Amino acid sequence: MSLVAEDLHKRYGAITAVAGVSFEAAPGAILGLLGPNGAGKSTTISMLAGLVRPDRGTVRIGGAAMSGDADPVKRELGLVPQEVALIEDLPARVNLEIFGALYGLSGRVLRERCDAALELTSLAERALDLPREFSGGMKRRLNIACALLHRPAVLLLDEPTVGVDPQSRNAIFETLENLRAAGHTLVYTTHYMEEVERLCDRVVIIDHGRVLASDTIARLIAATPAASRLTLEYDPPPDAAACAAVAALAGVRAVALDAGTLTVTTADIGAAAPRVLELLAARGLSCRRLASENANLEDVFLALTGRSLRDR
Amino acid sequence: MSSSWIAFRALVRKDVLSFVRDRRALVVSVLTPILIAAFFGYLFGDHDEPGRAKMAVAVVDLDGSSLSRQVVAGLAGEAALATEAMDAARARDLVRRGKVRVAVVLPAGFGAAATRALFGGAAKPAVELLYDPSQSFARPVVEGLLTLHVMQTATRELFSANGSTAAVEATLADVRANAALAPERRADLTRLLEAVRDFQARQPAAPAGGAAPGGGGLTVPFAVSDVAVSAGPRYNGYAHSFAGMSVQFILFMGIDAGVGILLQRQQGVWRRLRAAPLSRGVLLAARCTATTLIALGILAAVYLVAMLVFGVRIEGSVAGFAAVCVAFALFTSATGLLIAALGRSVQATRGLSTLVVLLLVMLGGAWVPSFVFPEWLQQATVFVPTRWAVDGLDAMTWRGLPLAAAVAPVAVLIGTALAFAALALWRFDWDAD
Repeated sequence: MSLVAEDLHKRYGAITAVAGVSFEAAPGAILGLLGPNGAGKSTTISMLAGLVRPDRGTVRIGGAAMSGDADPVKRELGLVPQEVALIEDLPARVNLEIFGALYGLSGRVLRERCDAALELTSLAERALDLPREFSGGMKRRLNIACALLHRPAVLLLDEPTVGVDPQSRNAIFETLENLRAAGHTLVYTTHYMEEVERLCDRVVIIDHGRVLASDTIARLIAATPAASRLTLEYDPPPDAAACAAVAALAGVRAVALDAGTLTVTTADIGAAAPRVLELLAARGLSCRRLASENANLEDVFLALTGRSLRDR
Repeated sequence: MSSSWIAFRALVRKDVLSFVRDRRALVVSVLTPILIAAFFGYLFGDHDEPGRAKMAVAVVDLDGSSLSRQVVAGLAGEAALATEAMDAARARDLVRRGKVRVAVVLPAGFGAAATRALFGGAAKPAVELLYDPSQSFARPVVEGLLTLHVMQTATRELFSANGSTAAVEATLADVRANAALAPERRADLTRLLEAVRDFQARQPAAPAGGAAPGGGGLTVPFAVSDVAVSAGPRYNGYAHSFAGMSVQFILFMGIDAGVGILLQRQQGVWRRLRAAPLSRGVLLAARCTATTLIALGILAAVYLVAMLVFGVRIEGSVAGFAAVCVAFALFTSATGLLIAALGRSVQATRGLSTLVVLLLVMLGGAWVPSFVFPEWLQQATVFVPTRWAVDGLDAMTWRGLPLAAAVAPVAVLIGTALAFAALALWRFDWDAD
């Protein structure tokens, strides 16, 4: 079941939080929603979850437009809030029972779903304990389990791994990958670039309330002006004529020389590297050290927004 | 069973369970009002209870006459007083230190002067009443009892068969010499006193020391029969305290219910609740229902202890008592909703709400009954809903009034609850997380 945001707008007084955000999250895929603080990401998530009514635009789930707080289409949605949204003074199992009941689950079905959720999150032995006694990772796992009880087709995850240890994080990733494999639609926000690169099939980058880019990670990197970098150290350093010759090679976008270190920016590092080395060797220069660095999503984000993803 | 009903029940269960599992909330809401009500009930309750403290009074008899000794003995016999004879310096010191509330100083010559001053012909002796200004209510009580005993003893000394002939002669001389009296009035008094003198002269010799105590003299010309006007066989001093403290601590719980929504917003729980396919009405109604049920539970627990341990009884209408309880519980839940709607930060909201609730319960007569307020304050507090709650509970318990007496409190409480709820819904920020 797909999730579609159509031309979403939201203003708070004089401030425009979201101005025409559109994208589609497909079934069986994880969509990464990225944006610096104040970009409109949280407002967009709130509109997708039905917490905030858009001033204009529509949220569609499986083709049905969502309208109103009690719209039955919201049963297809599960929200994992950024905070550990648990009732800390009630046992883990009671938390699951209550959040399951909010979606109409009761009786045997609810009990079975709670059992399954506790097994899934490896919390079965702690079912009667209070969340306040849990580690950060256990709380996060329970936080996700509460959103899965009613088996939503679409899952919205708002930074679900903040403060989680690597082991729990991997467990969460496996859960999400299993959900993707089962055909669920997932929308994922995070400040951890490596999480996006590992999990997300597509990425939507938002800033100033607008969508700046929306594509697969590979295509976004290929399209960004900030491409791969080749770093070479020469002693003696190449002269200006040698640098100009390197810049003229096919596939080379830019060349910079700084105290014997030559940095070559290229779209295709595999093709450009041998040409650069051959050209400089032909001029009698021998390379003392060579390093290459592929462009990543952080470069894309920086190029599009002018800010690092982790600038908070 | 509809999904909304299942969700509604789950939300109510969540709030009630959270309250019940919170030991602090239980202690504050149930145990504390019982303890404080028991204390206040003991302090302000029935004054006939055995062991209740008497008013400490010092008596200084500088006269030592028959009359002054009889007055001192009379005061000592009063049930409300605990008198102790001592010298003037010690009496003044004890009053200053708050150890006794009043000291009575009978001056030298008091007995003779008091008798002769009965008809205004001689100077009145100056009796000093030294009192503790922090407990000034004691002074008129002691003054009244002193007047009673002096009048009784002085008139007995003068008019009884065994009275003092010397006192009559002295008074007769004073009357004859009193130029301020009209001639006819002086003649009447002279005839009266001469008749008394002749009457006493015909009696057998009186024992030394004047009139025999306990006989003759003016007495209070009526007998007081104390009838406590309440429905029950006996007024229970704890009933009002339990009403007041229940109101106070249930309103504190109402604050927690309101602040709880702010906390849920902070913790993201509110976002999760709102993400569910539930109307705003279901979310708020569940919250109000839970608060109402908790308030009723607290009332039931507190009054159960009040009845079993402190003998409080619903002497009036049981239905009226239940109606007042339900109306007050609804008022509490609406107050909580209003706090959630108007509050911003948790700490600031809790502090301000506590101040407002303390004012409401103070003006509502929860601490001391509203009838001890000045008249203007009694009029002003008609607009304080907590006063209706306390008065309603009082009416149905120790006052023993019928169901009709519960109608006005119930109407005011429910009306105020509806107004608060409407204001809360108007001001509630649904977009705030």
